[in-house]
Amino acid sequence: MSRLERLVEDRSATIVTAELPVVDGGGLKDVQHHLNRLAPWADAINATDNAAAHAHASNVAIAIAIQQAGVEPILQVVCRDKNRLAIQADIVGAAMHGVENVALLTGDDVTAGDEPETRRVFDLDGPQAIKVARTLARGTYLSGRRLDPAPHLFLGAVENPAAPPAEYRVDRMAKKIAAGARFFQLQICYIPARLEQFVQRARDRGLTTQAAVLPTICLLRGARALRFIDEHVPGISVPSETIDKVARSTDQAEAAYQLALSQAGHALSLPGVRGIHITDFRHDEAAARLVEELGLRQSLSKEHDAHNSAFAV
Amino acid sequence: MASRLIPLIARAEHAVKAPVFDCRMCGQCVLHSTGMTCPMTCPKTLRNGPCGGVRADGGCEVKPEMRCVWLRAFERSRSLPLPPVWKREFNDLRPPVDNRLKGSSSWVNLLDGRDQKTPKGWGPLHAGCEAS
Repeated sequence: MSRLERLVEDRSATIVTAELPVVDGGGLKDVQHHLNRLAPWADAINATDNAAAHAHASNVAIAIAIQQAGVEPILQVVCRDKNRLAIQADIVGAAMHGVENVALLTGDDVTAGDEPETRRVFDLDGPQAIKVARTLARGTYLSGRRLDPAPHLFLGAVENPAAPPAEYRVDRMAKKIAAGARFFQLQICYIPARLEQFVQRARDRGLTTQAAVLPTICLLRGARALRFIDEHVPGISVPSETIDKVARSTDQAEAAYQLALSQAGHALSLPGVRGIHITDFRHDEAAARLVEELGLRQSLSKEHDAHNSAFAV
Repeated sequence: MASRLIPLIARAEHAVKAPVFDCRMCGQCVLHSTGMTCPMTCPKTLRNGPCGGVRADGGCEVKPEMRCVWLRAFERSRSLPLPPVWKREFNDLRPPVDNRLKGSSSWVNLLDGRDQKTPKGWGPLHAGCEAS
């Protein structure tokens, strides 16, 4: 059973996951460099799958690298680039190396990336991919052919609390839970009222006891990055007041940090939220500071501290 | 005789559905459960609801000038006078598309039960898909 699964089941712990920045040419040294920064406070770290529809070192290769560094990975799997055979092969192959956490999502379209002429696949959609992964965990491929012994998997998903139709988003979350998702790394939401409404609806439906909700918090350098997200990231809008407030500051990096801190504080104050997922685009000390100032490092178990100090050597 | 009729039925189905629903002849029609909105017209061909890329104005992530297919489906499933059982099926977990059926008649596939067949590992069509 993965650490993430234990924390989700435990119900009392506040969970912090993080995203490993994409790796291109830097190899394992690059992975290690990022882990040195993220692993001391993260419970599990996402290995992204061609994030934003740009090709990078593969999700499976990165997840295995994280695992072999003694840190717990979350294999992210998107439906854009691979058909159902390849998706099953990736999950089974990663599981062979001990990767248990898998987050399955539909994925950005190819038009969001730098090779928009690519053929999009979407042979499965997000909810179908979750159920296919659960099928693997129950000991068969989608065809019914046996997989023995069955890999132990802990499945998760993504949902966008702010995208229309707002009242349907919780139905979609319920569908993903029925398919097998046990944790949700929500997409970044710059409209606190929307996040609040989503979590409230999920709680009213009893969904927050069936799956752990982890809103994403993005660490950015300033107003330019916020503007970029607003204009270029599908499904995410940033209110102009929010951008202006950071833009007007004399220290934009600090203002952007304070924005993330208040977002995280707000998210964690919502009943039904089990933790946060941190996407760090700054690559500096801000992520560790955020976790520290939220008082989350104290909540980490001794076992985890021991694990990480061993890792840091 | 029947085997000669089948391609004709497929052509008739396409002639009816293409102008009205922009039907893509997936051969496993779910229009009734998606507010009479064809999910195969979604650029990502999603069968289980809108992706997270829907724009604030309701525009599609891929084609911003087009209203999200699933947003339309959601609205129509509420506003159209459809049988309650069809409306309830809106939240069903639809299985992956059987790509072998592309181009064939979903009317024929419905009658002979072909469109109800799912991969063994998936389980029966309507099992385990109830959203809580």
